[in-house]
Amino acid sequence: MQSLSNRKKVVSNKKMTFLERIYLPAIFGGMWITFKHLFRKNNTLKYPEEQRVLVPIYRGLHVLKRDEQGRENCTACGLCAVACPAEAITMVAAERVKGEENLYREEKYAELYEIDMLRCIFCGLCEEACPKEAIFLTDRLLPANFERDEFIYGKDRLVEPIDQRIDISKRQHTGKRTEL
Amino acid sequence: MVKITIDNVQVEVEEGTTILNAARKIGGEVVPPAMCYYSKLPGTGGKCRTCLVEVAAGSEKDPRPMPKLVASCSTPVMDGMVVKNKTSERVHENRGAIVEFLLINHPLDCPVCDQAGECHLQDLSYEHGAEKTRYEEERRTFDPIDIGDKIKLHMNRCILCYRCVHVADQLTDKRVHGVLNRGEHSEISTYIEKAVDNDFSGNMIDVCPVGALTDKTFRFKSRVWFLKPMEASCACDKCSGNVLLWMFGNEIYRVTARKDKYGEVEDQNGKPGWICNTCRFEKKSPENWKIIGPRTINRHSVISQGKYISPRSNSTKNISNGNK
Repeated sequence: MQSLSNRKKVVSNKKMTFLERIYLPAIFGGMWITFKHLFRKNNTLKYPEEQRVLVPIYRGLHVLKRDEQGRENCTACGLCAVACPAEAITMVAAERVKGEENLYREEKYAELYEIDMLRCIFCGLCEEACPKEAIFLTDRLLPANFERDEFIYGKDRLVEPIDQRIDISKRQHTGKRTEL
Repeated sequence: MVKITIDNVQVEVEEGTTILNAARKIGGEVVPPAMCYYSKLPGTGGKCRTCLVEVAAGSEKDPRPMPKLVASCSTPVMDGMVVKNKTSERVHENRGAIVEFLLINHPLDCPVCDQAGECHLQDLSYEHGAEKTRYEEERRTFDPIDIGDKIKLHMNRCILCYRCVHVADQLTDKRVHGVLNRGEHSEISTYIEKAVDNDFSGNMIDVCPVGALTDKTFRFKSRVWFLKPMEASCACDKCSGNVLLWMFGNEIYRVTARKDKYGEVEDQNGKPGWICNTCRFEKKSPENWKIIGPRTINRHSVISQGKYISPRSNSTKNISNGNK
């Protein structure tokens, strides 16, 4: 009967010839292919000495931005956590008290903001959902680690340091997509 | 009984019913939105103008159309009246204009506001609002005020619907707050920030269509869509004790009255289910409540996101009926 997929092969148990039985031609044939690859172009990079060039909108490690005056943009509205398909974002909001106006931009801020990087799929939906231009993905890579706990990034590692701003201007486009 | 046609749907209602209530009898798409009208509070309505509809034929005897759009919450029906809501281009255009007016002084601080997710103005502007504001003048601003130790008033967000004033008038025995000044300058206020001290004052949080009056015990605690609304009841001598708990795990974040699809409190035992301040602000432990089961929420609502349990089963429904 004809097979429906037309890919059926009938197994033949035909007797091997003498050359096939000593296997040596097949072994040397295989070794020749391996030897040829020594002179081909390398497909891998010697990370971390060599680093791949990333596009400016590469979706890597997140950053919580500050505004020009160094105040945190995030107001803990929870839209990133709703948008997150992996449910990687947790937050607890707090009210800004008098005297903290130079720390937080809005009257509410995120007291705790955690991203579980093991759950995160780096889809960038949090960045898209954010109404305050607070969370952005950057072209930094997520470092490897031995402990699972170390992958839960809190505000200490997400908020950009005030003296080492992280440039995300290339990711921001005003309505029109800019050329990469 | 009079016959009235709203958006090509015919319905028979009692004489003296308003167009809005006739539309609610039909239900669904034909119901005009209402920001100030509250069926449980007599005297409300006629202020926000969001419920304006077109009357294409006044009545059977006099089938001339009404020249202007009318407020459906305060216009009684006539026999043979033909009303256009969704089908009228004028109504749609007008509603967009009303939203623009309501948003003139309303701050766009939804990411901060506790009402976001259950705000009627948010829904309304999502449907009818423009993307950008044309208003160039400065918005009027006020500092947030404490009304008593449990309620916060953000006058910035107020749209002057007067619902809370009617709550103070009708539910509490001694009225201590109202609206001061006129027109652009009007503001909700208590007499020199005198604390509203009454067992039912918390209901003004529930009736507020925007985030002007919010629960201080819930202030910035969470967002409504992260919480799970659970129906619960307790033996309370002041109110019906039938409430909605907004829970996160085993923690009760806030307690509100049960609201129907128009955002109004549901009737409990034949009376509006207002809840007292003790139930609302003080009973924040699961031991105080008999939890009946999760509330059925419209699955298009943001509040239903992330809730993976199926709507309450028949068995729990029977329990809740047994309690009533």
